[in-house]
Order: sequence, then structure tokens, then C-alpha cells
Amino acid sequence: MIGGFFESIPAMILLTGFLTGASAAILGSFLVLRGNSMLTDAISHSIVFGIIVVWLLTRQISGPVQLLGAALTGLLTVVLTEALVRSRLVRMDAAIGLVFPALFAAGVLLISIHARDVHIDVQSVLLGEIGFVWLHTVDLAGHAVPVAVLTLSVVLVANLAFVLAFWKELKLASFDPGLAAALGFLPGVLHYALLTLTSVTAVAAFDAVGAILFIAFVIVPPATAYLLTRRLWLMVVLAVALALAACGAGYGLAVWWNVSIAGMMASMTGLWFALALVFAPQHGLAAQARRRRAQRLDHDARTLVAHLFTHEGTPEMAEENTLRALVGHLRWPEPRARAAILRAHDRALIERRAGLLVLRPKGRAEAAAIFEPQTGS
Amino acid sequence: MSALIDLLTSGIVQRVALGAALLGAIAGMLGAFAVLRRQSLLGDALAHAALPGVCLGFLIAGARDLGSILAGAFFTGALAALCMMLITRTTRLKTDAALGIVLSVFFAVGVVLLTHVQARGGAASAGLGSFLFGQAAAILPGDLWLMGGIGALALGLVLGLWKEMKLVSFDPDFARAQGWPVTAIEALMTVMVALAIVLGLQLVGVVLMVALLIAPAAAARQWTRSLGGMVAVSAAIGAASGLGGALVSAGTRGLATGPVVVLIASAVVLVSLMVAPGRGVLWQALAARRARARIGEARVLAAMQGLAQAHGDPAYATERGMLETALGGAPEPARLTALEKRGLIRPVTHAPETTPHWELTEAGHAEATRSEKGRAP
Repeated sequence: MIGGFFESIPAMILLTGFLTGASAAILGSFLVLRGNSMLTDAISHSIVFGIIVVWLLTRQISGPVQLLGAALTGLLTVVLTEALVRSRLVRMDAAIGLVFPALFAAGVLLISIHARDVHIDVQSVLLGEIGFVWLHTVDLAGHAVPVAVLTLSVVLVANLAFVLAFWKELKLASFDPGLAAALGFLPGVLHYALLTLTSVTAVAAFDAVGAILFIAFVIVPPATAYLLTRRLWLMVVLAVALALAACGAGYGLAVWWNVSIAGMMASMTGLWFALALVFAPQHGLAAQARRRRAQRLDHDARTLVAHLFTHEGTPEMAEENTLRALVGHLRWPEPRARAAILRAHDRALIERRAGLLVLRPKGRAEAAAIFEPQTGS
Repeated sequence: MSALIDLLTSGIVQRVALGAALLGAIAGMLGAFAVLRRQSLLGDALAHAALPGVCLGFLIAGARDLGSILAGAFFTGALAALCMMLITRTTRLKTDAALGIVLSVFFAVGVVLLTHVQARGGAASAGLGSFLFGQAAAILPGDLWLMGGIGALALGLVLGLWKEMKLVSFDPDFARAQGWPVTAIEALMTVMVALAIVLGLQLVGVVLMVALLIAPAAAARQWTRSLGGMVAVSAAIGAASGLGGALVSAGTRGLATGPVVVLIASAVVLVSLMVAPGRGVLWQALAARRARARIGEARVLAAMQGLAQAHGDPAYATERGMLETALGGAPEPARLTALEKRGLIRPVTHAPETTPHWELTEAGHAEATRSEKGRAP
């Protein structure tokens, strides 16, 4: 049964996607929180340089040497970028944009000069070939396991172990690096450890999803989770769940439409993000619009009770405390006036009596509080 | 030599060289503003976001029609910029996360569309992948006119709105307080960056285009302190990189133009960061060295004057050991030599001792008094 599982091509492709998504989302949560998202962009581009250099030196396209060697380039990118920033000659954004294109361009040139006959070609480096992961297998306990699955499993375990072991330190360093440094938790070391693991994950995943789509797996699910919750552990769990869901849905759609599998998986993370952006319960655009509308209505209702309170018991009351006065004197459009009356009525601030709008005790108290805030409760 | 002349007289090389130089100049000019506004990586996001537009343009036109492809790229680039704005303004996500999301998701959709187009087949669709890294040889004479036209338009806009762009780049808050349409000007600048990117798609491709925006501007920033100078130098560096890259790649088999252009521009940045007068790393190291020497010399003078005053003898002969005690460490021999050379101290013998001694000259006393008062010589 297990053998059948490892021989099933769709299962292997999905498993590769799941492993990539989970490994990336675990680390990505912290990268997004720390504002290092674009370093991922830089790392995932410049490992191309590392991959080709390690290949030229060792003729190995996978395996631990390749993994670590290429990951060093990712780290080199970060170190170079931060050195540039520290020199204060260029700012962070420009520094990122200077280092990785140079390394990437060098990598692309090296590939086109030296590696024309091997299976590293520029387009697959960029886009990945998750559909072909099952071609490259290694024998493990009698089963032909795809190399990518094996590598990514190791990487996932490493990432998980790192995050669980340093959970407290990562949390502190993400939210308050100053305090973390003061307490002696070495946020700088943690920062480099996190980015090293990101580089390793990027190298392990580049075969499957390519350099650029990897960014989607690192940044988008955690950013989506960030819109949905304010708890760190829930954010990490949600990010992983969203990544897995994106892989599943993306695979199905890609097979159906006969398009790039990795591309479709990454696009699905984008779809989740768009949905969260609009419909997130607390901070989504829909919730924001609803809240703004409620605030506007409440404000109108307050204006209404203030207006009624001003004229209550005066000779003008018969004229002022009506819907017509709101439209005529306050210059409110009629729908707005009606909505305000309805709102105030719903909140038991006013009632209609003999064709007039009359304050109820709660409304009178609110109006009094508006005019004399200090005497109110 | 004759090979070089062949190269320079070849029509296609001339076309590519002219195109690359034009593109470099336009990107350099507009990149200067992007770098100053800390929006360097927006160019990266917009460039990646052009990929789905390229495919959409192809799908709609049904052929490899440059006009519709560029229009599509421009459209999705602008859409990406809008999404960026929406995400940063309505969520708690940081700018870098928003950039990463837009970049990777748009690129993923582009990959999906690309594979869709390629799956539908057709000879014309084969060249679409070249927009990833650009294919300089595909440039047609008509494209040059297009680039020239857009370049002239961009130049006209920059000159016409010079004052506005300058203020918005350096102090948008003040510009807003003055009642200027800052958002509109910022949008215009973003649109112009998107235009430059669209122009660059054919030549350097979506992945490396960002370097052409950032590198010339970052290099130019090191050489000048005025905006006009920076824009001009940046455009010149961009044009030179483009020209150089086109010629190098035409003269060497198998080198793509885009990466070569990027590497040349990066080399210019490296040189600029090192040697630029006033700011460069070497320059700063030299200045720090000079400052160290000046302070060291001033301390020696002050110590000797202190000893002379304590002994009531302006010609007091100071021994090395006494200097060591007064300075809290042995004075560097180079400092004493330099002071001797400047005629501020002179070696004397102090019989019966045989160790070297020094006394302050008239000028030395004057100098020590001057620096004591905190006035730089």
C-alpha cells in the first residue's frame, strides 16, 4: 500500500506541494511579522547563483552539499544587503534591489555558458517542474521515493524543530527585538538562523516550485493568516492550513485546465488572500465598511438627539422635531434622515408621539452628555 | 578590430545597442525618483506583475503583437500598483509584505497563463517565454520609435513637473500641506515607472528589470548631491550600461543581453560605492584615517603642552615614557614624525639621559592652544 502511494504520481506531486507549503509557511509567519518579506524575494532569486556554482564545483544537482552550498548564497545575499545598509550609502529597499539582481544575473549567465546540456535551464529554475518530481527518485527501504519529497521532509522537520524549540525567542524577537536583545536572547543570531533555514527551504523547493513561486508560499499564506487572527500560534497553524488548501485546490484546477501546477498552487494562495482581504471577520474590507456605516449612523443618531434636545419644550418644537426639519434645516438627504431616525429608534433613544419625534429617557441622557460631558456619567 | 567593425555596422547590433541605451536612459532617469522615494522594490513587483499582462495581451490579440502585449503588461502593472496601495492602506500588513504578495501572486497567475498559452500551441506562443529574460535580438525598428517616443514623453513630464516631483520625492508631507495633489503626482511617477518597465520587458525581461531602475540611480546618488545631477548621471549610467551590455552580448556567443546589462550596471554601482568622492567606502576610510591622525597629533601636542605648563618651562623636554603615561598608551611613532615634519615639535637631547626627547616649538605651542580652544586649525 505504501509502495503504491509512492508510485502514484498525483500523490507525489501533492505531497511535494504540501511539504513545500508547510515548510515555507512555518518560517514565513515570522518573516512577515518581522518585515523581512522582501529578503525572501532576494534569497529565492540569488540561490540560482548558488545552485549553478555548486553544480560547477561538484556536478551535483541535489543532495546535502547542493542544499547547504546553495543556501549559503542565500545567506550571502542577506549579509551583503545588510552590509550595504550599514554603510548608509543606500537604503534597505535599494540594497535588496541591488544585490539579488546582480547575483541572479550572474547565475543566469553561468547557466547559459556552462550548463546548456544539463537539465538546469533558466525557465525551470524560475518556474519549477513540480510535475516531474517523480522522475528523480532514490531508493528508501525498498520504495522509490522522489528526492524532492525526501529533501523537503527533512527540511520540514528541521523547520518545525527550529520553530518549536525557539518559539518563545522567535515570538519575542519578532514583536520586540529591543527587549529580546536586552534580555540576552540574541535576536541577531535568531535572525540569521531563520534566514538560513529560509535559504535551505528555498533550495529544497526550487526544483518543485521554482525560485519566484517559492516567494508566494513563504509570504502569502502567513500574510493571509495575519489578516484573520492576532494570535501567533493560530497564525502559524492557519498559514500552514491555507498553504495546504492552496496546494490541493491548485493541483485540481491545474490538472483540469492543463496549466502549470506550481503556478496554480501559488495563484490559489493569492485567492485566499483576496478573500481574507475582503471578508476577514475583524479587519476585512467588508467588516471595515460595515463598521464605518454603523459609526456614521450612530453619529447621525447622536446629532438627531442633540437636535431634538435643543428644541425640546420650546415653541419651535412642533416645527423642529420632525423628519421635515431634518431634511429642511439640517440639509440631510431624506434617506439619511430616515436611516438616522430608524437607528435612534432601534437604540430606544427616541419615539414617535403625535407626529413628533420625542426623546426617550435614554436619548435625553445621551443628549445631555453631549452638551455637558462632565456632568454625565 | 575588423570583428568589432563588423559588429558595429551590423544592423541588428546597432538596433539592439540603441534600444538598450535608450531603455537604460529612461529607466535610469525614472529610477532616480523611485530610489529617492524608497520605492525601489515597487519596480520589482511591477515588473513581475507584467507577466500576466504579457500573456493576456497575447491571448486577446491572438498573435505576438507587441502593441497589445505591452498594453497588457502596462495594464496588469498598474493593477498591481493599485493592489499594493489597497493592501497597505486597508490592512496592518507592512509594505514589504504587500510587495511580496503582489509580486508573487501576479507572477503565479502569469505562469499559469503562460503555460495555458503554450499548451494551446502555435508557433508564435513559443517566444512568449523570452519575456522572462528578454530577447534583445527580437527588437524591430518600429520598437525603437516606440521607445524613443515614450522616452521623450517621460523626459517632457520630468522636465515639466520638475518642481512638483522634487518636492514630492523629498518631503511629501510638506507638499500635501501646501495643497499639492501629492497622490496624483505619486501615481503619475508610479505610472511612468510602469511604462519604463514595460519598455524593458523585451530587452531584459520581467525578472531583471528592477536592476535597471535601481542600479543606475544608486550609483548616481554616490556622485552628486543635487537632484538634477543625480537624474542626469543616472540616465547616463543607464545608457552606458545598456550600450555596453548590448555590445558585449553581441560580441560573445550565448550571452543574453539582459543579464549582461544588469551585471555591468551592478559593477558601476560597486565602483561608485567604493570610490565616489565624499561618500565612497574608500573615501570614508581615508577620511576616518585622517581624522584619527589629526586627533592623535592634537592629543600629543596637548599632553606636551600640559607637561610644559606643569613644569613652568615652555621648552620642557618630554620623554617618550612620560608621553605614554600622559596619553594612557604609547604614542604612535608616525604621529611624532608627522608633528616633527609639520615643525610643531623638535627632537632634543636631555643630558645625561640618552633616550629621545621632544620639545614643543613656538608653532607647536600656538597649535596646541588653538586646538585646546576647540578651533580646528
